[in-house]
Order: sequence, then C-alpha cells, then structure tokens
Amino acid sequence: MFYREAGQFKTTYAADSAHFPIFQDKAFIWLYLAIGFIAVPLFADDFFLGAIMIPFLVFTLAAMGLNILTGFTGQISLGSGAFMGVGAYACYKMTLAFPEVNIILLIFLSGFFSAAVGVFFGLPSLRIKGFYLVVTTLAAQFFLEWAFIRIPWLYNYNDSGAIEVPQREAFGIIVTGANASPVTQYLVCLAIVVVMTWIASNIISGRIGRSWMMIRDMDIAAELMGVRPLYAKLSSFAVSSFYCGVAGAMMVFLWLGAAEVESFDYNHSFEILFMVILGGLGSLLGCFLGAAIIWILPVIIRAVLPPTVDFITPFTINSAQADLVSDIIIGTMIVVFLIMEPLGLARLWAIVKQKLRVWPFPY
Amino acid sequence: MLKKLVLGAAALAVAGSMMHVPTASAEDTLFVPSLSYRTGPFAGGGIPIANGFADYFAMLNERDGGIGGARVIVEECETGYNAQKGVECYEATKGKGALVYNPYSTGITLQLVPKAPVDQIPVLSMGYGLSAAAIGEKFPWTFNYPASYWSQMTSILDYIDQNGGIKGKKIGFIYLDVGYGKEPIPLLEKLAPKLGFEWVGFPVGVKEMQNQSATWLNVRKERPDWMIMWGWGAMNPTAVKEAAKIRFPMDKFIGNWWAGAHADLDSVGETGKGYLSSNFSGVGTDFPALQDVMKYVVDAGKSQAEKDDVGNVLYNRGLFNAVIIAEAIRAAQAETGKKAITGADMRLGLEKFDLSEARLKEIGLEGFTAPIKASCADHEGAGAIFIQQWDGSNWNRISDLIPPNTEVVKPLLEEAAEKYVSEQTGWQTQTCG
Repeated sequence: MFYREAGQFKTTYAADSAHFPIFQDKAFIWLYLAIGFIAVPLFADDFFLGAIMIPFLVFTLAAMGLNILTGFTGQISLGSGAFMGVGAYACYKMTLAFPEVNIILLIFLSGFFSAAVGVFFGLPSLRIKGFYLVVTTLAAQFFLEWAFIRIPWLYNYNDSGAIEVPQREAFGIIVTGANASPVTQYLVCLAIVVVMTWIASNIISGRIGRSWMMIRDMDIAAELMGVRPLYAKLSSFAVSSFYCGVAGAMMVFLWLGAAEVESFDYNHSFEILFMVILGGLGSLLGCFLGAAIIWILPVIIRAVLPPTVDFITPFTINSAQADLVSDIIIGTMIVVFLIMEPLGLARLWAIVKQKLRVWPFPY
Repeated sequence: MLKKLVLGAAALAVAGSMMHVPTASAEDTLFVPSLSYRTGPFAGGGIPIANGFADYFAMLNERDGGIGGARVIVEECETGYNAQKGVECYEATKGKGALVYNPYSTGITLQLVPKAPVDQIPVLSMGYGLSAAAIGEKFPWTFNYPASYWSQMTSILDYIDQNGGIKGKKIGFIYLDVGYGKEPIPLLEKLAPKLGFEWVGFPVGVKEMQNQSATWLNVRKERPDWMIMWGWGAMNPTAVKEAAKIRFPMDKFIGNWWAGAHADLDSVGETGKGYLSSNFSGVGTDFPALQDVMKYVVDAGKSQAEKDDVGNVLYNRGLFNAVIIAEAIRAAQAETGKKAITGADMRLGLEKFDLSEARLKEIGLEGFTAPIKASCADHEGAGAIFIQQWDGSNWNRISDLIPPNTEVVKPLLEEAAEKYVSEQTGWQTQTCG
C-alpha cells in the first residue's frame, strides 16, 4: 500500500495483538463493510445479489470451514459438501418442528449438528494422515449422500425427495422463501459471514488456533510441547464442520430455496477445496478471494461473453459454449496459479502489499 | 496505438449498446427463456430437447412472423442440469420479460415453483417436476401438461393389463434411486392390492448407473413377468443391455417417457430390439409442422440440430413443449387483446388453451399427441400416452392412446398438494369456478 506504519506506536499489549494494527488497514475494513452493507444493497439488482453476492458469501463461509481444517490444521477433507448438507437438512427439520423460531438462530444451531457429525468422521484423523484421511472423509461424503436419499424422515417424506424451504421470518421480516427480498437475504448472509469471520479470526489467533497450527506444522513436536492431538484435531473438525453446516443451511435457505441431494455431492467438496487452494491455505482473506475467483468469475464470463462476442466479432456463441469457455479459463487459471504461486491469491496479495510498501525503492 | 484501439472499441461498444436497446423493444416481442443443458452428464438428452424447442419458435417466426404478429425471442441459458446454475439463469433472464420457464430438471423446477407467484412468471414442467402441481387450485402458477408421473404409471399398468392381464403377475420396478425414480412407489403400493399384482423394486444408485450387473442378477432371481423402468441418462442403455444379457424378454420391459429416446437406444442397437417405452410426443417427421420446421429452419441452416436428429423422440418432445407454449400464448393474446403479453397473461393462457384434435390438425400435428384441454383446476390435462417399440434402429408407435386412471391418481395428487401447501406459510391458492 502507499501507506506505512511509521509513526504509529503501540503502547498496550492489546494494541499489539489487534487484527489490524495499522490505522489505514482499519479504515479500509470499515470502508469495505460500508460498501457491503450500504452501497451494494442500494445499487445492486436481483441478478447481482441472487446469482453473485449471496452464493459468493455462502461459498466464502464454506471455504473458511475447510480452510480451518486444511489450511490451519493440515487435515485434508473431501467431505465439506456433505457437511453442508447436514447443516441444511438439520435446519430444515428444525424449522418444520419449530416454525415460530427465528430462522437466523436455527441457521446457527444447525451448525452444531454438522459439527457433531464432523467430529464423528474426524475420529480416524487421530490415527491416519494425508491421503488416507482423504479417503475416510470421502467415505463420509458418500455415506451422508446415501443417508440424504435413503432416510425419508430427513426430507419429511416429500414425494420429490427434496427439501423445500418454507417461508420463515426473523424479527418480523420475511427472510426465507420466495417472498423474501434478495436484499434482506443478502444482508442476513453478509451479517452471518462478517460475524463468523470475526469469530474465526479470533479463534485462530488464540490458543486453540495456535495449537491447530502446531499440529499442522509438526504433530510430534506439538505433542511433546503439550498440545493434545485429540483435542486439537477434533476441535478443528468441529469448528470446520460448524462453518460448513452454517454455509449449507444458508445455501438452501437464503439462496437456492429447494435442494436435492445433488446440491451436496462430492463435486461441491472439490469446488470448495479449489477455492481454498486457489485463495490461499491458512488465510482467511484467501477464502474470500478463492470464492470470488471460483464462483464470481465464471458467472461474469457466462453473462458477458456471449453479448460481447456478438457485438465485437461477426461470430455468435451460445450460452453452452460460453459455459465451456469459462470452464477452460478457470481450469487454466488453477494450473497457472498452482505453478506460479502455490500459496494462493492471499500470498500474492501479501507480496503486492509488501512491494507497494517500499515502492518506489525495491529494498 | 493498442490503447487507442481498445479505448475506441470500448467506446463503440458502449455507444452501440445504447443505440441497440430501444430498437429491439420498439416492436412487440415475446421473450421465452430456454434453460437448456448442452453440456454436462445429461447433455445427450438436453441437446435434442433444446433444439426442438428453439426450432419450432424459429419456424413460427420465419413462416408466420411470430405468434399473433409478435416475434418470439428464445434465449438459451446453459444450466448443465445443475440446480445452482439454474438459479443463476433464472435471475439473469427473468428481468427481460420472461413469459414462462421450462426448467427441464426436477431440482430447478422445485426451486422455481415458489418463486413463480412472486415474480408472476408461470413454470411449465412438461412431464417432470412436482407431480402435485397438477392440482391447479393449489398451484396456480405451475403446470405439468400433458401428464404427471403418476398418471403415466397408471397408463403403463393399463397397457400391461391389456396385454395378457395384470392379475397375479409379478412386476419388477427398476428405478434411479433419487426423488424422480422413487416417485411412483406410493402409487404402486396403492394399486398392487387393488389390481392384484405383486411388485418388487430394484433401485439403481446414481453412481451405479453404468454398473447394473448386480441389480439384474437380482432381477433374474426374482423372475418378474414385466419390468418397468424409471431411468434417465446413462442408466437406460445399460439397463437394456443387462436385460438382454439375462435374456429378459424385451417386449415385457417398459421404460417411462424419459427412458425411451433415440439417444438411449442408439448405442444398444439390435440388442434392444423389442424394448418398449411410453411416450406422449409423436416420432418422426411425417407431420406437416415438422416438414415446415425442416423447410424454414433446418434446411435454411438456422438450426443447431443435425438433419438426421430432427424428428427423434427428444427433439419432438422439445418441439411439443414449444407447441404448448405457443398455443398458450395465442390463448393469452386472444384473452387480453394484447400482442406482447406478460407472465401473468401467460398464466391465463396456460389455463385457457384448447389443443383439440381439430386444432392439432390445423397446426399440422394430427396424431402427434393426445388432445389437451387446459383448465384452471387441472394443470396436468390428464393427457394420454402411447407405447412405442424399438425395432433395432428406430422407435415405432405400437399402441393407441392410453388415458390415465384419474380416479386413482387424483386423490394421491391432492394429498401431495395438500402436504406441500401445509408446509408453506402464506401460500397463494386459487378457487376455480
């Protein structure tokens, strides 16, 4: 950035361990929040909110969940799609049982169900690592998909086999269902994501987060220094699945409106993993960047490419071809990024910041 | 230099887009979004449907200058059969004055059903989606002409009854193990004691679609007299091949209307000779309307379809979908006296159109399908189906139209509609006079 920390002295320990120790960083965060909470709702249309911003926030939260597990604790998981499903089905069952309860509260509560399921499937992580753990989490993915199809109680015996979101309110305002305005749904999503990002950042910089990172960096050394792998790994699975569960409930209740099992299949687990890898392992900022690249970029390509080609060149391309082009671009980007900057967009951003900090002098 | 070029192009683009918009909206147009899937695992079925759909409207534009003097604009949006992209397509097209949505995916239909009354755009899920939507009083904005899955099942059972009786027979039901495949089970449970047959279910998981040898081993063990299949995509050819392997008599194996397309059986060929499936849209190009499509669209190079694919089962289904919409638009135009109608007018049209035998002949589709009379209360039209048979290289219609057993289906549909509505709060219903 064009600003430096020169002249900003820290006089207390609290100031030293603040998330944003520099005044300008703080100012930027407030600016982003103002854009998110005020400017976007004022100027955005339904397409921008419903097809870009809400899914972006949902995937950010899911990526944050996986990043806690993979980026901070070093446990690779391919079950995030299914853990999102647990949150969604839990929220659905709860709101049918207690229609009067504030839906935002239920979305949070559904995180606990998926946390419990996550801890259960996290148990093997105490014994196995790496690829073997990937296989067991993949088993969780398949088992949970099977459960969502075969246990009709979960989808309330609907003939369609899908969960259909009823209309629900929070604080007297309609939040879910077709009558809810996209602006309301967006603001609810944004508020949840902001609060949960703040919580995550506190957990990570605190004792628990540091014990996760010790496990990630070298589990034997961590154990010798008094970190109990049982607690560290399982708490990581719990927090990670909690985040995924809330993201799943948000996905169905605030975005899709109805969901079949396919909405939680292993493709989504991979998609979230790509977001984490591309955004940056072990970085909260990376979750936002990764979700933006993997979700928003294709949407923009699909929306902008056909009319642009139509206008500039004598050729026309249809929406299916635009879809394929966006697949090609994203695929290429993943490969290029992994080669050029394996630590992801967050690292790239940090490098840019550092360069700008000393600009115009290289050292 | 490059910078100037880019800037110039950008300026041109901006200026051009500004000039472009008013001229397009000056004349009356009808905007019909087409949520298609030309990519992804089900593209084999999605491409002919999207082609048939687009080509019929293109033909009307070329031959008649549109419908009632207003040109039809079909905009395709690629969903890849993916529910999340479906929402994106919906948001991207609904603001352009969309008249009706045809999601061609049960998942996307379920997402759009509650949105339809809010955005005032009806949903026409033709032969898929929510069966309960047939109850027009509970679902004013959703339609599933010409028949629901349950109606279709009663027609298939009726066909079995006509061909050797159903009493005392054992019927195997092989289905894709998702909501779609499981839907007819309550009906089978209800009808089995009533009609005196026994049934066994054979679920096929989505991941086992192409690996059904274990399933068919069970079929051989159970020795059913008839097999009925609710399949889609890669499941269909695999099932027919496996059935041939255990020497199951092909003429006792009936697929539903999503398990009987050229795309399914072309790869099976001679092996599948005799296999039956239900259908509701005619096969082949021997209809004047299809000849017009050939003349004005396909031969003129304005279609994305290969010439050989015109007239195949799914192409004709997409075309039939377009026919229903075109008829509903005409009805809506007659009702409101407007050329360019809105989604709300379209809803009226979908409750008012009358696709009678005479009308079918008029539009050049005599004998293509069963007549449909739209109504306020009945949004499925209780359309009849026919049975077609694979002769090793093509489908041939072998039965008359078989109407569904509405007596049995209606209470089930009403019960399902009641259940759906009871879970919602503030659901908009209508009363039909």
